[in-house]
Amino acid sequence: MANMNLLQAINSALDIAMAKNDKVYSFGEDTGAFGGVFRATSKLTDKYGRDRNFNTPLVEQGILGFANGLASQGSYAVAEIQFGDYIFPAFDQIVNESAKFRYRSGNEFNVGGLTIRTPYGGGIAGGHYHSQSPEAYFAHTPGLKIVMPRNPYMAKGLLLSAIFDPNPVLFMEPKRLYRASTGEVPEEEYTLELGKADIVREGKDLTIVAWGAQVEMAEKAAEKAAEDGIDCEVIDLVSLLPWDIDTVAKSVMKTGRLVVTQEAPLTNGFASEVAATIQDKCFLYLESPIARVCGLDVPYPLCHEKEYFVDHLKVYEAVKASMFY
Amino acid sequence: MAQDKQHQLEIVTKPSFLDGSALQIPMLQILKEDGTVHKGAKAPEIDKDLALKMFDTMQFIRILDERMIAAQRQGRISFYLSSLGEEAASIGSAAALDDGDMIMGQYREQGALAYRGFTVEQFMDQLFSNERDLGKGRQMPVHYGCADLNFMTIASPLATQIPQATGYAYGQKMDKTGNCTICYFGEGAASEGDFHAALNMAAVYKVPAIFFCRNNGYAISTPSQGEQYAGDGIAPRGVAYGMKTIRVDGNDILAVYLATQMARKLAVEENEPVLIEGMSYRMAGHSTSDDPTGYRTRDEEDAWRAKDPLARFQTYLIKKKWLTEKDAEEIFAEKKAAVLAALKKSEKVPAPHIDELINDVYDTPTQQLKEQLEQLKAHIRKYPEAYPKTASRIDGGDK
Repeated sequence: MANMNLLQAINSALDIAMAKNDKVYSFGEDTGAFGGVFRATSKLTDKYGRDRNFNTPLVEQGILGFANGLASQGSYAVAEIQFGDYIFPAFDQIVNESAKFRYRSGNEFNVGGLTIRTPYGGGIAGGHYHSQSPEAYFAHTPGLKIVMPRNPYMAKGLLLSAIFDPNPVLFMEPKRLYRASTGEVPEEEYTLELGKADIVREGKDLTIVAWGAQVEMAEKAAEKAAEDGIDCEVIDLVSLLPWDIDTVAKSVMKTGRLVVTQEAPLTNGFASEVAATIQDKCFLYLESPIARVCGLDVPYPLCHEKEYFVDHLKVYEAVKASMFY
Repeated sequence: MAQDKQHQLEIVTKPSFLDGSALQIPMLQILKEDGTVHKGAKAPEIDKDLALKMFDTMQFIRILDERMIAAQRQGRISFYLSSLGEEAASIGSAAALDDGDMIMGQYREQGALAYRGFTVEQFMDQLFSNERDLGKGRQMPVHYGCADLNFMTIASPLATQIPQATGYAYGQKMDKTGNCTICYFGEGAASEGDFHAALNMAAVYKVPAIFFCRNNGYAISTPSQGEQYAGDGIAPRGVAYGMKTIRVDGNDILAVYLATQMARKLAVEENEPVLIEGMSYRMAGHSTSDDPTGYRTRDEEDAWRAKDPLARFQTYLIKKKWLTEKDAEEIFAEKKAAVLAALKKSEKVPAPHIDELINDVYDTPTQQLKEQLEQLKAHIRKYPEAYPKTASRIDGGDK
């Protein structure tokens, strides 16, 4: 075990994957010898050479086009998009190509070796274009897997699973926690199952569902609610596609109440999907309406970030409103 | 490194602008339009067997295209894309490759696929979306693909295959396979961002890739000159990206073969990506959904009909005494019979079983997908007459 921050955990996963298999390649803008703007790919060029960890020209659609081709050839392509906000030029390559590659060919070809790494999320004074949480756009696309870790331990194990998973995976890293979140992480290889939610706090009164950096807000809200004698269960969804409906449904059948919280804007966010599915599965168990605690439907703001941000107080208020409906 | 490059720049003290037409790239032509070899030109070394295989494939594609347009008009298939007039570009280039080289096409390269050995039955099974289609009937007609033949499955979005070819070729280079990737696209697709991304990255990474632009004059109705681009076509872009580039007469199968053969050598022996621009003309409409009379003249089409790649190659072969008119007629009749027979057979083969609907979204279907399929099947069982294609063998069948 070693104490690592989230970036170090990512770096460790990449290091292990590249050591394990010569066909693992890591690339993106500034990810070569420099190690990326956040240093997630630090020292990988030194260790594995510039043929295996390298810079790309500044063209996101090219990065994903290249990555799809490399993965279809049988390699493990780990492509970094520097900020989730800049993934949209590559949207076509991800949605029309990566996601449909196996299906459209009748399994003649696939890009299972593809992993897209990208930092997402706010709370860092990043304004419109360094703060977004674009997971919902991709969660509408059959054929992709989407994973969003909440801490260093989860990040490393999930990334190692994502790289060698036989399906294309969008791996979204909470950049607010890159250095802020630290913890004990095994130095050796380990994997965590994709598509499986994690109950991070057990409780009997109300279920809070979150993913990525927002799990921290859910946990803080649960702690505050506990002071009022409200016993919250907190579930980290971990994977958005496919997502672990059973774990959430089971929890809600026990608690009868659900609050879903996300950083992204309210309308058409993934929280809406969770709410719709759970009302369908658990309708007769619900004691109060399912609440969504989300960002406002505005472009991500700068000077009003604090107000926009879905902090633990907003989640806590939703918990109380649900309890005393 | 950037700094060093700056220091090498020649300094001038008076402003002068390079003209947009400063680079005018000539066109390689071996066979004249009358089927004779240019004086002083050296035809590529192609033996009789190879030449006849190329001719045979051209004949096959011509009759396949003709019959399948007719089949679409009769309502037997939903859609078709003809490669009429462009057969030399795809077949001549495919013939210069190794079978281990990857082909990534746009959607008008049935010639390259046929040359690789895709059978008439395989063509038909895809066109009829039946259960024998390698693509499991999931894509529109002409979206062929075959892993055994190293022919990447076609996708409708334009130009997406171009950066993928760069990535695929990078993997070939790293694995030291000795193979390259050829990527076909049209001059319209070359306006897409993916084209520019792909060529730039290929040149930067020095990958064994051949980018083959079929400049056929039209992107659906938009003419190339003046509306798709203002410059000297696509070829100068290769030079701008620091890539070996050549322009060839795309209707001259010998020029196409020679250029591709040399490009392949550069690609696999020196890791030099190459851009080839083959000048041709889309004699057919864009697809069966298109009517070219709305945007071009009969005179223009006639002028290009005179440059027909098949007639040109046939004249060459006859002059070389490798073929007679009668041989050509016999091959054509034989191909036609094969196409008609396969067509009749394939259209009777049923659609893939409904269970295939959820396969291959992921390597294995998720729990959610299984549940959705069961719900769908329950619905079909309730209203079998509304879903005749699948209802009859929803339970049992051959799955």
